[in-house]
Amino acid sequence: MKLNKKDIQHIANLARLELTEKELAKYGSQISNILKYIDQLQEVDTANVEPTAQVTGLTNVFQEDKVCVWDKDEVKAALKQAPEFEGGQVKVKRVLD
Amino acid sequence: MKLNQLTIKEANKKLAKGEITSVELTKACLRRIKEIDGKVKAMLTVCEEKALKQAEAADGRRKKGEKNELLGIPYIAKDNIMTKGVRTTAASRILDNYIAPYDATIIKKLKKAGAVLLGKANLDEFAHGASTENSAYGPSHNPWDLDRVPGGSSGGSAAAVVSDMCVFALGTDTGGSIRCPASFCGVVGLKPTYGRSSRFGLIAMTSSTDVPGPITKTVEDTAIVLKAIAGQDKNDTTTPLKTVPDYSADLKKALKGTKIGLPKEYLNKGTKENIKKIIKEAIKKYQELGAEIVDVSLPHTKYGVAVYYIITPSEISSNLARFDGIRYGHSAVNGKDLITAYKKTRGEGFGPEAKRRIMLGTYALSAGYFDAYYLQAQKVRTIIKEEMDAVLNKVDCLLTPTSPHIAFKIGEQVDDPLAMYLEDIFVTGASLAGLPAISIPAGFVDNMPVGLQLIGPRFGEQTIFNIANVYENATNWRANKPNLCK
Repeated sequence: MKLNKKDIQHIANLARLELTEKELAKYGSQISNILKYIDQLQEVDTANVEPTAQVTGLTNVFQEDKVCVWDKDEVKAALKQAPEFEGGQVKVKRVLD
Repeated sequence: MKLNQLTIKEANKKLAKGEITSVELTKACLRRIKEIDGKVKAMLTVCEEKALKQAEAADGRRKKGEKNELLGIPYIAKDNIMTKGVRTTAASRILDNYIAPYDATIIKKLKKAGAVLLGKANLDEFAHGASTENSAYGPSHNPWDLDRVPGGSSGGSAAAVVSDMCVFALGTDTGGSIRCPASFCGVVGLKPTYGRSSRFGLIAMTSSTDVPGPITKTVEDTAIVLKAIAGQDKNDTTTPLKTVPDYSADLKKALKGTKIGLPKEYLNKGTKENIKKIIKEAIKKYQELGAEIVDVSLPHTKYGVAVYYIITPSEISSNLARFDGIRYGHSAVNGKDLITAYKKTRGEGFGPEAKRRIMLGTYALSAGYFDAYYLQAQKVRTIIKEEMDAVLNKVDCLLTPTSPHIAFKIGEQVDDPLAMYLEDIFVTGASLAGLPAISIPAGFVDNMPVGLQLIGPRFGEQTIFNIANVYENATNWRANKPNLCK
């Protein structure tokens, strides 16, 4: 699969990445090259093979749906990392125009 | 022998007898870091004051009669592991000023045991790489030859252990990131079974294969550290309720009757002749020690890297979506709207390899390509897993080279991402199948260390520790030290 500049721009947009012209060109050729290598997976017969996402056999580990108490100082330290913080809340840019 | 050169086992003995204190031991390590880290560049953060306080506390606990193999033992953690109140960067600009608000479960466990955190080690940004050259803070250097890479992504941890900046270190392994640097630096590195040690508090990369583990000077030390960090954690639901055995027991069991499988695909034309020679010598040694070598075949090994480089970038593109510049980390607040702020934050904050993987994963998961890439990769993953499980039903473990060659020169393949991915050829299998695998020193080529890998059955760490330990005691490659460290 050969990706052109428009494809790369589209992927970067989906991934929310601002890329320079130079980056767009570089990633276009590098990612095409990697995909060419990965294409060998198509030669493997996977008819009747189930996909694997979990390897140790665990299924559906449930937890009770309840609020857990967390160390207050740790909560404070976590919130302090936000670049914009006001009145005990993390400030974000407006979502709707 | 200097204190910082001690193993856990040796240091614990001296601490227990009162011959040395943890403060002395910790100071020796801190001195060593000051002395040589200007050359090796293994460390991103050193917490001298905090470490000395922890050492004093450990000495206090020893005085009160507490006995614990890790009490007062100084260690270094890879910088993608959360350490409360200590800068935790994952070697990324996007987390340049990030202070972890809580401890990872494995750090909490070590704290409780009384181990002393000396600081945080360099890695490839977000653990994406096999050389540490992807670190936003520059590469670490291999103590055996400063022009060469220490391997990666836990390269800082392995370089620190072999140059005796600490007694042991923690790394994380997603597709070889503990085993590769252990092999390139000549130390012991274990990737535990997936789920054996908790991922809670690791900065996530590939959640379906990430697992933290020890990098140590001996197999015995690895067994000690694993016992301390393993076990079920309610904060990581992929850790099963399974007893943690005493991994240090049975380490010396004779190998008579032990069957070691030799997969022919791991000694093919891609492996350098001088590496094959070392592996053949190791096989001979194992035969002398009473083990039976069995030829086996894992024909789908060759697809491991292709599967890995679909599954990994896909999970990365999802896991790294959390870096949005809103709750923590670098933030381009001057973006005119939300989307622009996201794009700027991420465009400025991530390095080249993180961007490459995010894009590759985004593409593989995008509409129209999901079946051909991600789903197909997950199916081939099933075949690889079943194939390895079937062989491991017939033998006690598999023996392979850890890497097809010795550590390469810094900058040698930095512009060729595919060549870099192919570094992982022998290590991806165990990761995709979730099997435990250990890399131990097996000799030298051109004065550079070579590692051999033992892969065991799921949760069969004890078996590979025994097989690794008997070989280690019979060969003692560890007696050789890099020149820098003499």
